[in-house]
Amino acid sequence: MHGFANPRRFLSLASWLTPALLVSGLVLTAGALAWGLLAVPPDRLMGETVRILFIHVPSAWLGMGGWTAIAVSSIAFLVWKHPLAATAARAAAVPGMAFTAICLLTGSIWGRPAWGTWWVWDGRLTSMLVLLFLYAGYVALAQAVERDGGSPRIPAIFGLVGAVNIPIINRSVVWWNSLHQPPSITIGKSAIDPEFLIPLLVAVLGFSLLFGGVVLARMRALIAEMQHEARLRRKAWEAIDA
Amino acid sequence: MSTLKPKHQRLVLVLIALAALIGAVLLAAWSLRTQADYFYLPDELVANPPPPGQAVRLGGMVERGSVETMADGVTISFVVTDQAAARVPVRYSGILPDLFVEGSGVVAEGSVAADGTFIASNLLAKHDENYVPREMQDMHKAMDSTGPEATTIGME
Repeated sequence: MHGFANPRRFLSLASWLTPALLVSGLVLTAGALAWGLLAVPPDRLMGETVRILFIHVPSAWLGMGGWTAIAVSSIAFLVWKHPLAATAARAAAVPGMAFTAICLLTGSIWGRPAWGTWWVWDGRLTSMLVLLFLYAGYVALAQAVERDGGSPRIPAIFGLVGAVNIPIINRSVVWWNSLHQPPSITIGKSAIDPEFLIPLLVAVLGFSLLFGGVVLARMRALIAEMQHEARLRRKAWEAIDA
Repeated sequence: MSTLKPKHQRLVLVLIALAALIGAVLLAAWSLRTQADYFYLPDELVANPPPPGQAVRLGGMVERGSVETMADGVTISFVVTDQAAARVPVRYSGILPDLFVEGSGVVAEGSVAADGTFIASNLLAKHDENYVPREMQDMHKAMDSTGPEATTIGME
């Protein structure tokens, strides 16, 4: 693992892994969505609206997965001080935020026909909205540290503290009565018929590969930006010396 | 006391911080136990009835065979029940959500009348965790008969 903390080795790995993840993710996502939207039969109670499942659930998992990635990278940065870990955390924030927003939007659109309401303040919906706000705060904080200078440990600590929300989101429908359904997929057990479950798992895999590809692409962009700035700074010093 | 490498010092600090965070979450969740519930279950409502007229939410299963339409054609009455077998009669006038069916979950917003009937001003359908294709519904009779009642809602 420490081998890949070397930026040069990371860049040579990322240069072929990024397009591989993006292309395979796009293919799987497009296939799973076509399967879910066109081929899957309607649900016994919800009818056609069940098709939102194939966007809503993968987005929810990646919204939570994105912050988990931020938290793990933040720990790695705080303990081992690898700059690449801080870059990884920053790169995961915006895609994680985008998937959280997609999850909330599709959930709201689904809630209207299924429950009879766009929004309620139950445990699951509220904690997921809090996650969106945490992402917004993290992105703003990381940008401010980058622009105005400041310890990169500040967003890392925020990423670690914000992770407390992840188990709360996961357990919210078990701890508290909520309008949102309890978990359909628990360890070793699924209450989702295979006709829905298989395209859902393909969609989760496709979304995840896409997420990984976007994070790697953003990491490469952030590294290129840092190298560019370092070069400019060096040139400026050389100009002063000359 | 032995001295740790700075790297290990930081690791220990982060682990202590993580433990403190998890402890804080568990304490907060414990103190929120029922405060963060979105609705009362029928047995909670029967055991501690709120004062008449106070706005509350009631959630549970619509008892099979209990839905009746009143003479005016827009008012319905039904019974909300739970696994503790407490029963609360509910009256509601208005448009029903599509997923409102007997044997399925419902959340009623309203208040308790003096005679113990729950007067709902709004109904929300609660979908359970089961997803079954329409044409396979009959093949899932076994699942259906233990059905939503056995698998539902906030009662772990």
